[in-house]
Amino acid sequence: MDFNLSDDRRMLSETLSRFLGDKYSIEKRHECAASDDGFSRDMWNEFAELGIVGALFSEENGGFGGGGEDINVVFEQLGRALVVEPFLPTLLAGSLISELGSDAQKEMLEGVISGEKLIAFAHGEPGSRYEIERVTAKAEKAGDGWQLNGNKSVVLGGGAADTLIISARTSGDEDSANGISLFVVDAGAAGLDVRSFGTVDGYPAAEIAMRNVSGELLGNEGEAFEAIEKAYGRATLAVCAEAMGAMDVAKDFTVEYMHQRKQFGVEIGKFQVLQHRMADVLIELEQMRSSIINASGHMNDDRVIRERMVSSAKHLAGRIGRQVAEEAIQIHGGNGMTWEYAVSHYAKRIIMIDHLFGDTDHHLERYISIGA
Amino acid sequence: MDINYNSEEIVFRDEVRAFFAEKLSPRLSNKVKFGKRLAKADMEEWQKELNDRGWLAPNWPKEWGGAEWSAVQNHIFDEERWAANAPQIMPFGLGMLAPVLIKFGSEEQKSHYLPRMLDGTDWWCQGYSEPGAGSDLASLRTKAERDGDHYIVNGQKTWTTLGHFADWIFCLVRTSNEGKRQQGISFLMIDMNSPGIEVRPIILLDGEHEVNEVFFDNVKVPVENLVGEENMGWTYAKYLLTHERTNTANIGSSLAALASMKEIASRQMKNGKPLSQDPYFAARIAKVEIDLRAMQTTNLRVLVDADSGAAPGPESSMLKVKGTIIRQEINDLARRALGPYALPFSSEAMDEGYNDEPIGPDYANPIASEYFNNRKLSIFAGSNEIQRNIISKTKLGL
Ligand SMILES: Cc1cc2nc3c(=O)[nH]c(=O)nc-3n(C[C@H](O)[C@H](O)[C@H](O)COP(=O)(O)OP(=O)(O)OC[C@H]3O[C@@H](n4cnc5c(N)ncnc54)[C@H](O)[C@@H]3O)c2cc1C
Repeated sequence: MDFNLSDDRRMLSETLSRFLGDKYSIEKRHECAASDDGFSRDMWNEFAELGIVGALFSEENGGFGGGGEDINVVFEQLGRALVVEPFLPTLLAGSLISELGSDAQKEMLEGVISGEKLIAFAHGEPGSRYEIERVTAKAEKAGDGWQLNGNKSVVLGGGAADTLIISARTSGDEDSANGISLFVVDAGAAGLDVRSFGTVDGYPAAEIAMRNVSGELLGNEGEAFEAIEKAYGRATLAVCAEAMGAMDVAKDFTVEYMHQRKQFGVEIGKFQVLQHRMADVLIELEQMRSSIINASGHMNDDRVIRERMVSSAKHLAGRIGRQVAEEAIQIHGGNGMTWEYAVSHYAKRIIMIDHLFGDTDHHLERYISIGA
Repeated sequence: MDINYNSEEIVFRDEVRAFFAEKLSPRLSNKVKFGKRLAKADMEEWQKELNDRGWLAPNWPKEWGGAEWSAVQNHIFDEERWAANAPQIMPFGLGMLAPVLIKFGSEEQKSHYLPRMLDGTDWWCQGYSEPGAGSDLASLRTKAERDGDHYIVNGQKTWTTLGHFADWIFCLVRTSNEGKRQQGISFLMIDMNSPGIEVRPIILLDGEHEVNEVFFDNVKVPVENLVGEENMGWTYAKYLLTHERTNTANIGSSLAALASMKEIASRQMKNGKPLSQDPYFAARIAKVEIDLRAMQTTNLRVLVDADSGAAPGPESSMLKVKGTIIRQEINDLARRALGPYALPFSSEAMDEGYNDEPIGPDYANPIASEYFNNRKLSIFAGSNEIQRNIISKTKLGL
């Protein structure tokens, strides 16, 4: 057994960490989040040049990574700096194109990895909550191609994407895993209505309405579920790692604050009740890290073990995330409630990650239902 | 023992309900219900309705325009006002300063300031906390030095809720450095329009301007604005704290929030069924509801004691701790209930005139933001850690 990162991954982690340290202060982050796109295209290009986008893709698809550990390493660093650029949508849509795309379709990955082309995956719907099988948007054959109708909700990175991968039902009941298909849709397609908005923690997303939108099939008709589940698994691992990075920083801020802040003539870090609570935070963060290692280590294994480990990690990210975020604010007192103190933004991201790809309850239930 | 309201209390409750039904405009209650920003004018409008009915300062003595309600009546009113989605009455003047003036102020102060609170002439804010003095309030350093007929005030207050709306601020200031720290503190009323005062906004994590920093640079305050005796401010502040904690359990707020959270859970669908029927979520709701029902009775037990003359001591600390935990848990469930639709947030959608189609369900926009904002409940009015210190010291003798 060896729990150390390989040299390549350690270098990736250090490169990204150094880059973010130089270029991505919290002020810069707020500036990116507040811009029209909700992120910075310049920053995105720099990330791509540095090879960080490519780290999410396998060599055969033009990248130089793409495994569970790559995702883990990259997203932990992104979480440490609260990066708002569209890594998550790129990972989601990119996984699907890599898995299912024809050679012609895969050609677009080059532009994705170089940063020129933005992609996103539109899957969730107004009534689907966290169920990945529930798809009511419909696609019907029209001439050589397909026409899509329906609504997609909270599409991460949906506003800026040049190309969208959109799921739609081509057969089966609305909550059936069978009969879901994927389509490549141009962002400028007629009948596609994209309404952009920001999330409460500062990330860009969009609501999408489709009226007779033409799309090109990605993968086999009606058989997309397995690939969607896998892509969601990778994205779920990614946000767990992101939460890990954000939680670690929130913990460090809090401990530092406990040294600085004095009340009653002593550092508040001298109060035993606060010491114990941060000791608990530390214990839980180690648990979180271990469950992420489990999930990334099983990323390429059979469905049951892979998905159970993914759900374990996400269940913990929700539960531990709440504890860490709430303690961080509480121990900062009034300052933890302010926009000015970065810790509040970390707390918001940590909490809102519970709302991506299934919350703590969803993944507990899923862990049980997938079975041993 | 009788765990029900008696007949007079029921008559009173019905009277309150009827009043809300008649006088609270749908415009205002909708703003409260949908988490829209309240303007100062909205609060003034509602205060006027209450004042016309004689219910704006229900705890004051009748001679000053109060209603002398019992603690149980107050509790009933609070439950009903939350259920009706009425705006909150800002407590700083009416609920905090007034009891201190009534007990310790001069006749001139009472007859000048109390009517102006009722008719809305003066808005008050509370200037206790300082950057270096939060939980350890007695370490405050803003100083007031006597110079003839005036005090000259220098220093800084912070976290001043709605200070940007206020005409006046009541402050704890240091007038002496002799003896124990608590002994050199005085209670001073300061006109916010005085030269030398500067108010700067503090933006909270939800992006809202709710609190402020207030700076004092050689601010001249007439000595008549001292409340009670010099260097006795700490005693008055402690007296005020017992009043600040009357609604400390947040019962009315929690009941209303629970009802609205359950409503959300019944409308959100999970696996083709309402979320409220999902065993995991139903268990979460049931747990908080069980806590809240018990808390309601714990609260009433303390209030009924208070009505028979027992001053609430560490009991109010117990109410504060458990009451805020419950309130925050309900916020947490509401954001959970929304699933992915907890994510979208639009600040403009909180403005009254905003008419764009909402993103997601029309009740979704403020929910996550309220969860974050209500983290304040366990920090202010004596943090929950400080309350537990009080409980273990005074109740357990530890
Ligand atoms: C939204 C908001 C509105 C407010 N409005 C007002 C207002 O209108 N007027 C006003 O005067 N003040 C107001 N306050 C200030 C509030 O009263 C203080 O924030 C509070 O007293 C805590 O002080 P602090 O923020 O300095 O935290 P600190 O006192 O620095 O506390 C930091 C942490 O240490 C813990 N801690 C401190 N001492 C101990 C101890 N002995 N044992 C264990 N733990 C301890 C605290 O519980 C907290 O978790 C407001 C605060 C907020 C957040």
